[in-house]
Amino acid sequence: MSALSHRTGLECYASHSIQFELNGQRQALDVLPWTTLLDLLREQLDLVGSKKGCDHGQCGACTVLVNGKRVNACLTLAVMCDGASLTTVEGLATGDSLHPLQTAFIKHDAFQCGYCTPGQLCSAAGLLKEGRASSADDIREQMSGNLCRCGAYGNILAAIEEVVQAPGEGAA
Amino acid sequence: MTPFNYARATNVDEALALYQPGSRFIAGGTNLLDLMKENVIRPERLIDITRLPLHEVTTQADARVRIGALVSNADLAYEPVIQNRYPLLSQAILAGASPQLRNMATTGGNLLQRTRCYYFYDTGVPCNKREPGSGCPARTGLNRIHAIFGASEQCVATHPSDMCVALAALNAKVEVKGRAGARVIDFADFHRLPGDRPERDNQLADDELIVAIDLPAEDFSTHSHYLKVRDRASYAFALVSVAVALKMDGDVIREARVALGGVAHKPWRNAEVEATLVGQTADHEAFTAAAQALVKDAQPLDGNAFKVKLVQRAIVRALDEAVSAGARS
Repeated sequence: MSALSHRTGLECYASHSIQFELNGQRQALDVLPWTTLLDLLREQLDLVGSKKGCDHGQCGACTVLVNGKRVNACLTLAVMCDGASLTTVEGLATGDSLHPLQTAFIKHDAFQCGYCTPGQLCSAAGLLKEGRASSADDIREQMSGNLCRCGAYGNILAAIEEVVQAPGEGAA
Repeated sequence: MTPFNYARATNVDEALALYQPGSRFIAGGTNLLDLMKENVIRPERLIDITRLPLHEVTTQADARVRIGALVSNADLAYEPVIQNRYPLLSQAILAGASPQLRNMATTGGNLLQRTRCYYFYDTGVPCNKREPGSGCPARTGLNRIHAIFGASEQCVATHPSDMCVALAALNAKVEVKGRAGARVIDFADFHRLPGDRPERDNQLADDELIVAIDLPAEDFSTHSHYLKVRDRASYAFALVSVAVALKMDGDVIREARVALGGVAHKPWRNAEVEATLVGQTADHEAFTAAAQALVKDAQPLDGNAFKVKLVQRAIVRALDEAVSAGARS
């Protein structure tokens, strides 16, 4: 609990002090219990790469990596991330060197409006770590949690497939 | 979301001690937080149980497999002992949700997810499951996705899980713990039919926790199949689904389990029909007869009569696949 609190009518709700590693940096902050990880990233930490599409876990635009696993940040409470290691789209590149997925997305023009792209990239990064996709069909199925309303699926698939097939990547 | 307080437990007894009326336990949160955003559920306090030591899948001395309630759906589906000995369960889990949700959602939480009935989610309309006694617009409204078996005047909702359909076919057991002690519930008895208390989905008391799921040692790994029929190729709830587990002796069926999903308030089984398959040659004729017998009691609504035919065909195909699964492996 901490100094930050939220009063509604008769009730006073305490905030909680949490710490986590975000894109390689330690963070210590106070959060109210109902703050989702997505709202914390966007509203308190100004990391607006992760997008709020549906806010119900159906579109995948908010996908981030928590302890290396892809999750929907809109259905994750920030307070429950205490002690976790988080990677958002802002943390995929190493300095000025883009992540291979980012390079492939540019090469294959794997977006139109770009709103779903940060979620697609983080989800694909999770897919690579899982190492269970070797064919285009595997990638389609394992990217089913990320919708693209522009319908750039063909190019998204080509971009991810290129990285999956690259030496040292893809299914173990 | 409506404001709430938060507490974190580190062991089962602490979590149970923290419980008070108005509290809810949270683990994966994939359904609970969604329902809280829609104001369908408004807990006063969430008790975070994700740090309880219930993350292991263990093979017991008698070859039963015990799945900790907090094992994620993804970890369970890819667990070697599940893939090798209970491929039906692995298939069913991977047929559900998305990779992100399977990374978050837990084994215990999967059992406790609520129906996806549109009217249950819409706080602007009555729903007996959400507000007991308020009415059921689904019975005469949009009911394409609703139940054809075991529904009541008060509720025609279905249970949305894929995993639970496989657990029903495998005769799993649910280990629960409350302040009053521990108990074990047969999977068939865990979820309820709606009757006149549709607000209760299952037998778990509000102050009890699921701690583990037990899988019997018996081996259905050679002849099993999970078939899911839905509106798109992936990431959609089942219109109907079928979990089949067979024991075969040559072409003859020695034991048959057929559990149906998307058709009732709980995974649907019919022991009498399963018994009629025993001793029969595993052919199309036997499967078609069993499928017909299974839908004898179906009571479709205006919008879901198609499920009666669909589920029969799905049953026949799932049985076919389960028989030939052994031939391929």
